[in-house]
Amino acid sequence: MDWNLILQWSFVVALVTAGIRLAVPVLLAVLGEIITERAGVLNLGLEGIMAVGGLAGFMAAYYLENNTAIGTTAEWSAWLGLLAGMLAGMSMGLVMAVLSITLQADQVISGITLVVFGVGVSNFLYRQQFSSLTARVSGMDPYPIPYLSRIPVVGDILFNHTPTVYLTVALVILVNILLFHTTWGLRIRSVGEHPAAAETSGLNVERVRYAAVIGGAALVGLGGAVLTVAQLRLYREGIMAGRGWIAVALVIFARWRPSLALAGALLFGLADSLQFRIQALSQVERGARTIPYEFLLMLPYVLTILALFFRGKRSEQPAVLGRPYRRGER
Amino acid sequence: MSTTAMTEQAESKRRLSPIVASLGAPVLGVVIGLLIGAVLMLIADVDPLEAYKLMLSGALGGQRQITETLLKTAPLLLIGLGLCVAFRARVWNIGAEGQYFMGALLGGLVALYLPHWPRAILLLTMLAAGIVGGALWALIPALLKVRARINEIISTLMLNYIAILFLTYLARGPLQEPGGYLPVSARFDPATRLPLLPGTRIHAGVLLAFALVPIVYYLLWHTPLGFRARAVGSRASVARYAGINVERIIVFVLLFSGALAGLAGIIEVSTLHYRLKAGISAGYGFSAILVALLGRMNPFGVAIASLFFAVLIIGAETMHVLAGVPPELADAIQAIIVLSVLAVDALVRRRLG
Repeated sequence: MDWNLILQWSFVVALVTAGIRLAVPVLLAVLGEIITERAGVLNLGLEGIMAVGGLAGFMAAYYLENNTAIGTTAEWSAWLGLLAGMLAGMSMGLVMAVLSITLQADQVISGITLVVFGVGVSNFLYRQQFSSLTARVSGMDPYPIPYLSRIPVVGDILFNHTPTVYLTVALVILVNILLFHTTWGLRIRSVGEHPAAAETSGLNVERVRYAAVIGGAALVGLGGAVLTVAQLRLYREGIMAGRGWIAVALVIFARWRPSLALAGALLFGLADSLQFRIQALSQVERGARTIPYEFLLMLPYVLTILALFFRGKRSEQPAVLGRPYRRGER
Repeated sequence: MSTTAMTEQAESKRRLSPIVASLGAPVLGVVIGLLIGAVLMLIADVDPLEAYKLMLSGALGGQRQITETLLKTAPLLLIGLGLCVAFRARVWNIGAEGQYFMGALLGGLVALYLPHWPRAILLLTMLAAGIVGGALWALIPALLKVRARINEIISTLMLNYIAILFLTYLARGPLQEPGGYLPVSARFDPATRLPLLPGTRIHAGVLLAFALVPIVYYLLWHTPLGFRARAVGSRASVARYAGINVERIIVFVLLFSGALAGLAGIIEVSTLHYRLKAGISAGYGFSAILVALLGRMNPFGVAIASLFFAVLIIGAETMHVLAGVPPELADAIQAIIVLSVLAVDALVRRRLG
């Protein structure tokens, strides 16, 4: 393989652009989980929620696009697909909330089971609806931001994406404001740090946690839908490929902060994009000794384990994370 | 009502609760799970009653069907028994799938390269290699957890992907069948097949899995090691205070569950696939998590749960062939059942606890 190719300017631009795009689904899931965990609930079901969100989004976009009676345009179908993904994520969040908050079931066990449930149900419904044909949606076109996208290099990398990318960046800022600069955020954090005190000051701990779990799951579902509707434009078995679990790890890496989540997700997007590029280059140069693609595909998973070496102090974790709240208990 | 009567009533409730909680919840959970599964079938345009009937006859309708079900039970039971020990210690090994692959790989290497060894030694070496492969793969998250406090849920899960990709590479690369063009290894020598129960297709692996049930039970409830593992699970800080080496227990339960998953891996490839390739597991590592949970992390419960799941899987396969229903239905119903059991269980505990 000619490593000089990798260092070429155009290659770097393409690499970073794709890296940003690939970071988006994971980043949305990380943001959702940060909200949930800040309220003290450990929702490990992300992989399953993303799968359900991804399938719901894909199916909604597909049927809207192909149903002439309704007549929505491809663009609108895609947006409604994303909405469907969010709603599906919320219903999964509701299941998790009932189990972990109302019934006070073990959160680790509930989360793991939710993954198997979400992945199983999505695969079943997909196979049932689409049998063997590979259905596709038209997805979303890039929307170059006027003027900014014409800046050389930077314009290509930052301002020539589908709207989902800009939306996600906006959400990073919004979640940050929500958590640290609003009463709502204060409530969420207080039920995750000291629920008894929150209750004493008149908060309904259960209600705040319900909102945080369901609201967080909406973003996770949206992450799944962005991947299937706006990016890959298809659904297949195992399509989330561990992104939900990677997001769980990134929440720890990001120390429950949206800004660090952005950095962590970008790192992953870049690693993912790099392995895609090297694969593409390897295919161009047949006969040469190349890195087997399986080893390149391992990269994000290895990186996830390595990322966990860089984590903060235990005190940065929400104090009662994973522990159900029983009224009257200190 | 007098105070004594009320206390008595509370007492009887409390005495009832272990029985209700240990038997009632799973049974009720299974019923609710099957009902929700029926709704899922209605969505998929399948008559649920017919479907469940088809499932039952497909899985238990005759000697051939029962044999298939028992063969399917073996990997679930083996992995589930290991996970039941790990989960008892609250060590969440969700990497059994990867450990299964590594067991299949190391055992498979013995099968591929040493088939000329005397049969008994060959088979024992092959099974031992499977055990070692699974245990070694579980050693990585164990060390990460005790040395660097890295959460085992994430590390074991990530290692699943790495193990599967590694075997995929080997099967199309260095281990590919000479002259072949499919991504599969050469076929194992017939000498590597496990002995069968005379006149049946039930192999030694099935018997081994069931034989391990009382052994794992004994380990958990009648040995100091089992006591320590359970103590770590009920409260690690107290266990540490009582002088238990928590780290050593964590390493042990991970190695133990990895070993059994690896054993399941080599048994499955040497009795069913006869080769190494990417598609050697039907998600057993994940189904077995549910088996361990549904079996209430009790070896006998795990045996019942694995039989039940095998019925579901074989039944779903039958439905796939006869009625065109996607076999993924089994996965979905399994998870719904465990979710229902979790819910009922928590409800019972809240009401009576």
